[in-house]
Amino acid sequence: MITTTGLTKVYRSRGREVTALDGVDLHVREGEVYGVIGQSGAGKSSLIRCVNLLERPTSGTVTVAGQDLTALVGRGPRAGRELRQARSRIGMVFQHFNLLSSRTVQDNVELPLEILGASGKARSRKALQLLDLVGLSDKAKAYPAQLSGGQKQRVGIARALAGDPKVLLSDEATSALDPETTRSILQLLRDLNRQLGLTVLLITHEMDVVKTVCDSAALMNNGRIVESGTVSELLATPGSELASALFPVSGDASGDDRTVIDVTFHGESATRPVISQLSRTYNIDISILGAAMDTVAGRQVGRMRIELPGRYEENVVPIGFLREQGLQIDIQDDRPVLVKEGAK
Amino acid sequence: MQPLLSQACWDTLYMVGWSTLIAIVGGLPLGILLVLTDRGGLLQNVVVNKVVGQVVNVARSLPFIILMVALMSFTRTITGTTIGRDAAIVPLAVGAIPFFARLVETSVREVDGGLVEAVQAMGGNTWTVVRRVLVPESLPSLISSATTTVVALIGYSAMAGTVGAGGLGDIAIRYGYQRFETGMMWITVAILAVAISLIQFAGDYAARGLHRRGGHSGGAPKLRLLKSGEPAAAEVGKVA
Repeated sequence: MITTTGLTKVYRSRGREVTALDGVDLHVREGEVYGVIGQSGAGKSSLIRCVNLLERPTSGTVTVAGQDLTALVGRGPRAGRELRQARSRIGMVFQHFNLLSSRTVQDNVELPLEILGASGKARSRKALQLLDLVGLSDKAKAYPAQLSGGQKQRVGIARALAGDPKVLLSDEATSALDPETTRSILQLLRDLNRQLGLTVLLITHEMDVVKTVCDSAALMNNGRIVESGTVSELLATPGSELASALFPVSGDASGDDRTVIDVTFHGESATRPVISQLSRTYNIDISILGAAMDTVAGRQVGRMRIELPGRYEENVVPIGFLREQGLQIDIQDDRPVLVKEGAK
Repeated sequence: MQPLLSQACWDTLYMVGWSTLIAIVGGLPLGILLVLTDRGGLLQNVVVNKVVGQVVNVARSLPFIILMVALMSFTRTITGTTIGRDAAIVPLAVGAIPFFARLVETSVREVDGGLVEAVQAMGGNTWTVVRRVLVPESLPSLISSATTTVVALIGYSAMAGTVGAGGLGDIAIRYGYQRFETGMMWITVAILAVAISLIQFAGDYAARGLHRRGGHSGGAPKLRLLKSGEPAAAEVGKVA
């Protein structure tokens, strides 16, 4: 649905050059929620603003819904008619809501429809319908200044949906909100994604956002995408930075004669109670040192750090059993133990 | 004395009214143009920006009485004469356009760039941005600017008497100063003071009325600071 290839953005000011995007290849499938995460200055904002060409990429191409947007850019700095039409089919939600304070909530939602040239009656019908969808039908005549942050963002979302977009871009939409409100806004985005088949590209610096709503994620650093994939693909990637940030586990061995392993659950295997099976089959006691699990789309996804009695050599069979179940197993090397042996 | 004063009031009103209208019609687009053509603006054009900015600066810093004399031939081509009320309107308007344009520029610049971006993301063009965002969002501030311009024009119009345009300022100079009729002078001063206060009050009232519903751009933060306790309490009440 959204594809960027070799996207590069270089800012020039007073002879200095800053590379914000350095060859970004992004692929967002139709109907998924895709999260781009990274620290401030990683280039996330430049990336999302390049997708609807609010920011003009220095090189590379952007394709949205099969249309090459970079080809629509005219010569001058102004956006031509074709690009503007394409933009009207891409919704965008902002961190600071960007609602017009001089207009009522309803008039704010009608604004994109005015730009599209809809008639007054059609505009107000559509606006009220959208406000109902985001749960704000009672606030149609209120002004933005009278709303809370979460309500303002709901208006922002309703406005973004006015042009019946297939794609929604969310530029840190929850970063100015408290955790409770963040959850309700993310839930709304998720619902819209399901109900309307909306493809959502969101950027954020909060891992929780990715964990709550995203089907796929990409990690950005220094203008590059370091890792990307669906959440379970990322989990299946040994040593994935994003996976360990999404599902952090910690905990050290409780003694010398112990084996510590990280078990990653994803896909089919996650539905079976593997740990208790392991315990029963081999009659061993298992302690859980740490776990980060989540139920995504009815499946358990996440990682668990467990401890088995005895050294690694003694546990080859049980570990083999876990691998046979389709789980991904990473043996934690017992560096503290080695240090102790060295000290002896 | 009565007809003299009422005629003078009417003359002032006539000159100030027309020149304000022209100043708004001319200054508003000029001020917006200054913002749009600035570096990073939607119609970025450094040359136009510099040239227009320079013309505005020079026109604004000329003393009005000199502007009036310098524009005489221009005035004649437009009104056919260099004396009288209509002739005075030309230099008044020419002086007020750059004055108002600078105020417009400052007001429009205060509009949050995020709003402009939002409208662009919806597929709006530059004209949409001007009409739906820049003007309505800065309207309270624009009204304050217009008020300031009207008050300044009343001041300028006192000098219009030198080209025989009449008006309150002219009465004050001819009767009050040249004929030592101090009473006459104080009456005109009082009328001017009352008129200016009324205009200022009306302008502030209109601007504040618009603020109250929006409560975002321009001077609104000041108002909110003064009453910071109340709205916060009201918010809590609403949530509960």
